[in-house]
Amino acid sequence: MKRMLVATTVAAMALAGSVMGQDAPFAMQIKARQGIMEYRALNIGVLGAMAKGETPYDAAAAQKAADNLVMTTMIDMSMLWPEGSDHSANPASTADAKLWTAEADVAGKDAAFAAAAKAMQAAAGGGLDGVKAAMGDLGGACGGCHKVARIPK
Amino acid sequence: MRRLVTFFATVAAVGMAAFWFVTRPDTLPRDALAGLVGDEARGERIFWAGGCASCHMAPGSEGARVLELAGGQKFPSPFGTFIAPNISPDPVHGIGGWSAHDLANAMTRGVSPAGQHYFPVFPYTSFARARFQDIVDLYAFLLTLPAVETPSLPHDVGFPFDIRRAIGVWKRLFFNKNWVVSGDLSPTETRGRYLSEALAHCGECHTPRNILGAMERDRWLAGGPIPGGKGNFPNITPAKLDWSEADIVEYLTSGFTPDYDSAGGHMALVVDNMAHLPPEDRTAIAAYLKKVPPAE
Repeated sequence: MKRMLVATTVAAMALAGSVMGQDAPFAMQIKARQGIMEYRALNIGVLGAMAKGETPYDAAAAQKAADNLVMTTMIDMSMLWPEGSDHSANPASTADAKLWTAEADVAGKDAAFAAAAKAMQAAAGGGLDGVKAAMGDLGGACGGCHKVARIPK
Repeated sequence: MRRLVTFFATVAAVGMAAFWFVTRPDTLPRDALAGLVGDEARGERIFWAGGCASCHMAPGSEGARVLELAGGQKFPSPFGTFIAPNISPDPVHGIGGWSAHDLANAMTRGVSPAGQHYFPVFPYTSFARARFQDIVDLYAFLLTLPAVETPSLPHDVGFPFDIRRAIGVWKRLFFNKNWVVSGDLSPTETRGRYLSEALAHCGECHTPRNILGAMERDRWLAGGPIPGGKGNFPNITPAKLDWSEADIVEYLTSGFTPDYDSAGGHMALVVDNMAHLPPEDRTAIAAYLKKVPPAE
């Protein structure tokens, strides 16, 4: 009887594992949100390369990158940041548990990022100077969360 | 026997007197700032370059609140935990009762208005290279900031590191005001050196320290562990930092790394400060970093 219980438990755990597709806690959520961060970085990279003078300014490419960035602010991310999915639960995440405190004001920082992305969207097609000027606020908005709630690398 | 006692008493007295003499706080001449007039606007540039707010603001301040220099942030070290004091213009708890001369003594000599040595957690070993005109301008700007009535907290430093007079010995051993990077520098690189070595005090975090907490000048900006924290201060000499000057300027402006991650931790605060400077200052720092001797 006891053996059967163990076997059933093991089977159930294996099943749960395969349903989740991942063994480490919150692995899918962490992967998904990191993917969104990287997608943002990719698009900001297009704008940044122009701001630095590494690639020539291209109004259409700048606009596309800024539009993409704004799109990422419209995704519902409530599933991606479950409480407890921080670095101490899974080292794949660099999120500090502070992120989930009221003090961190993630909603406010999220809104600031959305505003900075919109400002970039408005500026991107209108010339290189506008892109350069909007980069500072965009970086500051990214830093909003990274400053308070990211584990140093 | 009595002669022996007298002998040892004399030796002890001479020893004490020598210690007292050798470790006495070395202050500026009275007329060091004679004829200098402070300018608030120029002082604001010095304020951001020096990063005063990042350490002296109340913990976790953001936006305009960073100008309220109430103190209270903690800085763990192998010697104990230091707590940044209130440097707002409050006459009781801050520096409202200070003269520009007091500020210059604090920043360039590491001596308080009462004549006590400061712990070198306050980066006077860097600020000592600052021009007096810049300090007088900074003083004018600091007095325009809001006064905050938050008492400064005592440092949590144990024996024997709490003996302030011993810092006099430390200063004699390690207080070196000479520029670290020398040789032929362009005007831009020279400006970058002034900003980096005198005001922004990059070396205070990015240079490894010896067992007594002094920066190892021959490993300037080569990085090291974060005391009491996780991770490392990165090596930012050309041996490890392979970013272009444009990459460094962008990082100091928006906080974006070359792969468009953003600055985190205390460095994000530094970027906020640097973003207040005119673009040519950030260009100067980037040019200077390229002239730092590579160190592994």
